[in-house]
Amino acid sequence: MAVDLATRPGASSPETHPLVRVEDLLLHFPVYKGILRRQVGAVRAVDGLTFDIRRGETLGLVGESGCGKSTTGRTLLRLYRASGGRILFEGQDIAELEGERLRRMRPRMQMIFQDPQASLNPRMTVGAIIAEPLIEHGVHKAEARRAKVRELLDAVGLNPDYVNRYPHEFSGGQRQRIGIARALALDPDFIVCDEPIAALDVSIQAQVVNLLKDLQKKLGLTYLFISHDLSMVKHIADRVAVMYLGKIVELADVRTLFSAPKHPYTKALLSAVPVPDPTVEASRRRISCSRATYPIPPIRLPAASSAPAARRRSTDVFRKSRSGGRSIPAATWPAIACKEGGL
Amino acid sequence: MSDAVIKPPQGTPGAPLVTRQRTLAADVWRQFRQHRGGVLGAVVFLSIVLLVIFGPYIHGIDPQALNVRDKNQGISLTHPMGTDNLGRDMFAQVLAGGRTSLSVGITAMLLSLLVGTTIGVVAGYFRRADGLLMRLTDLFLALPLLPLLLVIIMLFRDTLRAAFGPETGIFLLIVFVIGITSWMQTARIVRGAVLSVKEQEFVVAAKSIGTRERRIVTRHILPNVLSPIMVSATLGIATAIITESALSFLGLGFPSDYPTWGRLLYDGVNFMAINPSRVIWPGLAISLTVLSINYIGDGLRDALDPRIRGR
Repeated sequence: MAVDLATRPGASSPETHPLVRVEDLLLHFPVYKGILRRQVGAVRAVDGLTFDIRRGETLGLVGESGCGKSTTGRTLLRLYRASGGRILFEGQDIAELEGERLRRMRPRMQMIFQDPQASLNPRMTVGAIIAEPLIEHGVHKAEARRAKVRELLDAVGLNPDYVNRYPHEFSGGQRQRIGIARALALDPDFIVCDEPIAALDVSIQAQVVNLLKDLQKKLGLTYLFISHDLSMVKHIADRVAVMYLGKIVELADVRTLFSAPKHPYTKALLSAVPVPDPTVEASRRRISCSRATYPIPPIRLPAASSAPAARRRSTDVFRKSRSGGRSIPAATWPAIACKEGGL
Repeated sequence: MSDAVIKPPQGTPGAPLVTRQRTLAADVWRQFRQHRGGVLGAVVFLSIVLLVIFGPYIHGIDPQALNVRDKNQGISLTHPMGTDNLGRDMFAQVLAGGRTSLSVGITAMLLSLLVGTTIGVVAGYFRRADGLLMRLTDLFLALPLLPLLLVIIMLFRDTLRAAFGPETGIFLLIVFVIGITSWMQTARIVRGAVLSVKEQEFVVAAKSIGTRERRIVTRHILPNVLSPIMVSATLGIATAIITESALSFLGLGFPSDYPTWGRLLYDGVNFMAINPSRVIWPGLAISLTVLSINYIGDGLRDALDPRIRGR
């Protein structure tokens, strides 16, 4: 009866070909104006992303609010329809899948949401919430399903006797565990964690992140870990992509990125992380970006930077980065002038 | 840290672990009993219904029996609510009228609720249908109702009478007419609620699971817009009873010898100065019914919301 959570394919063998490959992904939300609703422009939420996620790894996706992190995650799961580009899941392009064929892909890729309160239907019991994916895909018979739900609750560290409770009877961390159990119900390969810890207390954050790590080890999961909390990303991710205004400005191994960031935006972002040591913290230097060009609303973003100073600067960075052997697409870098030091 | 398992100590007193499957009906009923207003409303409403159903067998006077010598009498043992200007027994009339009024009210409410909820949910959930359905709603709201009712009843009364007999025919006609002219508010309210619920993350979560649209609507959207539906249901009964009264008053409803609460009320208005009880009794019946239904709706709404449940 019990489904063995521990033995799953790909649990320990890191394969060379990526599980998910994103090629030149675009997502533009059209903007209409006037009585005739003519399209006057587009919010370029995701603007030409290309990256791989290898089987079994955790790719961190960081960036400031509104840079398109969550949109990217949701587009990967086809919760939004991409405006262009390809999403290859195990070599199969899912960007254009529709209807039943898309529905059959869904169990392979799941999502953990930011707000555990909002992502659980308040009118359903925990058991019903976790059983929903099983029912929808007709995986088990009623009796086996109940057993599976209890097993999932146990796997995420909740008492299986809680099946009959409602989400509001739990704390934030427990609710997030319920969300994780739901995401695991269909034995997915790939999970998009959309800021799964942003709404939680710091102490609970660590618990949830460690739970995610344990589950990854046990089940051979692949994560796209979206966060704005750099120290958490450093803890969980294998590689990190830094996003700014719908583009990836730097993608590197976690250690390399944190020890030697190449891109000025990455540097600015890293300099904003507080250090839990008063003496170090006091001498921490913030790199801030000048107000004149920052932030640029994505809707008015010009195709190429128009600020000469910024362009010069970003070209410098690009040249330097090439010698560093890392890919920083300078052309995608929007106008942003950085200066070292305080505000 | 990673093994931090959130489990309560087994067998904590005062926190029994419920392992049997909870059923929604049992939960709702248990919670409904906690709602004092709801229970009181249910008791009153149930008494009215029982009285209206079984009353005529106990109080055996024919509501149509004329007795001009006993006209405009006050309260007495033979006539617990007095008599009208033709000596008909008021209590018998109120009981008979209640049968019609309640069945018209409840059926018309159900019809308008069904139409309103369907249109509201479809308009709110499926963006493509929104514009069309809401313009339809606006159209119905903009229609001058009374002339419309007049036309509908004039056109179809005789056909329906011929098909279903005079009483059933007019009953169906009135229910239909009230139903299709009162769903607009419900549709608008439900659409608004659906629009806000469907943006919530649990709907996105259901989508990411691969839940079919129909199931998303029935499992996630509908239960979460139940409160406004309950409210419009309770208000709907009241409106239906009152609309039926207005129609009867205009001579478009039930025939004049066929008592309903609204009919009795309007008949009594002319005699208010001589015999105020002719207005008071049917009015009281309408008010008590509407009020008790409102309380039931209130209690039911709270009982259906697990967040309020158990408070």
